[in-house]
Amino acid sequence: MAKKKIVWELSEAIESTDHIEIKDQYELFIGGKFVPPTQKKYFDTVNPANEEKLARIAEANEEDITKAVKSARKAFNSWSKLSGAERGKYIFRIARMIQERAKEFAVIETLDGGKPIRESRDIDIPLAANHFFYYAGWADKLEYAFPNRKPHPIGVAGQIIPWNFPLLMAAWKIAPALACGNTVVLKPAETTPLTALKLAELIQESGLPEGVVNIVTGAGESGAALVNHKGVDKIAFTGSTEVGKLIQQSTAASNKKLTLELGGKAANIIFEDAAIDQAVEGIVNGIYFNQGHVCCAGSRLFVQESVFNQVLDKLKARMETLIVGNPLDKNTDVGAINSKGQLKTIESYIKSGVAEGAELHQSSAQLPKKGFWCKPTLFTEVSQSSKLVQEEIFGPVLAIQSFRTVSEAISKANNTPYGLSAGIWTDKGSKIFNMIMNMNAGVVWANTYNKFDPASPFGGFKESGYGREGGLHGLSAYLNF
Amino acid sequence: MSRIKVLKTYKLYIGGKFPRTESGRYYSPEVEGVSIGNICLSSRKDFRNAVVAARKAQTAWQDRSAFNRSQIVYRIAEMMEDRKTQFIDELIIQGSSKKAAKTEVENCIDDIIRYAGWCDKYQQVFSSVNPVSSSHFNFSIYEPQGIISIIAPEENGLKGLILSILPVICGGNSCVVLASESQPLSAVTLGEVLNSSDVPGGVVNILTGKRKELLTHFATHKDVNGILYCGNEKKEIELLKSGAASNMKRFQSYETIEEVSPYLILDFQEVKTGWHPIEKMSESGPAY
Repeated sequence: MAKKKIVWELSEAIESTDHIEIKDQYELFIGGKFVPPTQKKYFDTVNPANEEKLARIAEANEEDITKAVKSARKAFNSWSKLSGAERGKYIFRIARMIQERAKEFAVIETLDGGKPIRESRDIDIPLAANHFFYYAGWADKLEYAFPNRKPHPIGVAGQIIPWNFPLLMAAWKIAPALACGNTVVLKPAETTPLTALKLAELIQESGLPEGVVNIVTGAGESGAALVNHKGVDKIAFTGSTEVGKLIQQSTAASNKKLTLELGGKAANIIFEDAAIDQAVEGIVNGIYFNQGHVCCAGSRLFVQESVFNQVLDKLKARMETLIVGNPLDKNTDVGAINSKGQLKTIESYIKSGVAEGAELHQSSAQLPKKGFWCKPTLFTEVSQSSKLVQEEIFGPVLAIQSFRTVSEAISKANNTPYGLSAGIWTDKGSKIFNMIMNMNAGVVWANTYNKFDPASPFGGFKESGYGREGGLHGLSAYLNF
Repeated sequence: MSRIKVLKTYKLYIGGKFPRTESGRYYSPEVEGVSIGNICLSSRKDFRNAVVAARKAQTAWQDRSAFNRSQIVYRIAEMMEDRKTQFIDELIIQGSSKKAAKTEVENCIDDIIRYAGWCDKYQQVFSSVNPVSSSHFNFSIYEPQGIISIIAPEENGLKGLILSILPVICGGNSCVVLASESQPLSAVTLGEVLNSSDVPGGVVNILTGKRKELLTHFATHKDVNGILYCGNEKKEIELLKSGAASNMKRFQSYETIEEVSPYLILDFQEVKTGWHPIEKMSESGPAY
């Protein structure tokens, strides 16, 4: 009797949305209160997994930004004079409240941004809470962080964050700024404003003095108004290199302090002596984590020639097992692309790769009919000058190249204007240190990839921006000496 | 019959050599109506040549052991001590009193010695092992940014030069320096000191000339990684900052630099963070 092949079907494991509350309409959070925008203009935020509208969001104009900056300025006078220990207690309280509501934040993050619930539940939200917890503890210890110096707060910080890790980026910006005695005006991305607004509700409830944190929503114009506002002393921006350069130019005539966390095109380098199965997991985590919407995504894969075919075969096999679909399903590995616009961008890169003659391979995953989706994708036969290798795609698209020698790997990896991160896979200790020393990148992951921690400074070399977020190093972005 | 004095030709210092400006131009700064010499008026081409020399020298300079850099910087102080009187004479020509000139030169030599000590210490003082929550070893170290273009202060020709160059090269960067326009004599002599003190050619390159002509090139050259600006001219700062955006040069400006500080070294460093997993014996089976 012939053996019958068993096909295992996964049962759905959908996270419940019963316990969360999303209002129909959200206003601007200014001076501790939710206030309607001056022009009464609103925009929709949609769920990218099914294109359904989630809420109406206020659009801030210049006048609203001025209100927010004024309220932050007013709050600064007393907030900066509060003792570090007391400031810290407020921030600890915020951390705890996020932990208490972690599930709710995770579900909303997934609804609004399309990322798998497993990632928002296990990575985004816990890390955001931890970030507040970590920096809370710094508030009364700043003198120890900078020996022989006298640190003092800068003033009002204007902070602009992207859509790929909405709550986590808000935490990266707000926590160190408050710990150092500054007040903030934060603008979340227009496609993912919900968790920041839920955070505003939480902050209101926490009893943080009014105006210490102001959250204003809107698109690029609202952001530009914040960058150019005369009452802002510091700009912290996370986003594209293109916009980062514009911000540097438009603030050139002012005394605003600037930190920029920009794009990347990280090399993930697999040596022949690596533990291949682990490396393949690292490649997958490097490029398909959060649909590749990661500034430090390992989007350029370099494999040593002797193991090239082996790695490629295993990678293709592993790609087949990735579950693409409903982000709320706990089985899901790859969620929805964040927005229609971003999907178009990714698709145009895939098209240009094919037109250039690169070899395309995609997983055979079935994509849902509604919503914005992209199959896990890889390209071989790509040249060093290909757009796939040179430009940040910000999607689940991997460009694979081979190398023979260590020095070839180093020069190819560094041959980019970016310098945010790099990955190295080898079992040889001396090679690991050689590679760490030679990568022009702010973060180097050896035998691991895409790891983040509040105690670990993150930020780039070259055109990936300047300044660090996280760790002791992240404090200096929010202090004068 | 009194002897005819031998006048000095002031040249540039690029890649360990002393060329004249390729432009063939010069200017003659004056002190109280008297010219203090014919000084090279550097061109864009001179600057570009200097950047090429700086790039060539940078990696090897960064790869020297910190201890070795420390010794080389100490050697600069030794060589300068040797030629103290020459520096004093030049400061006097540039308008200093005898007493002030002597103090400035001696302080400069002492500052160099203090920086010599910092070369192999800032890394240890400021690097960190970061207590991450996952099972990883995580550390952050400092690395030089690369090539720094320095606009030295217009006042205090010698002191400004020393206090802007030293923190940059102690950290393993190479640099291209534009000396004070009105007080350029010490700059040229400093090049001679550097040349005889084991500082590899190209690590420090010194140009003389006019800020007005050269600032745009300092700001926009794509192979320069950072800018150190001394002064407080708003227009100049704006020009440098917006030009720097083309390739995200790091920009630092100081009204004056008065002291030796490791934080000035850090201003021209990048933080690099490394991660590696730590195996947990308990998770990988019975320990031995």
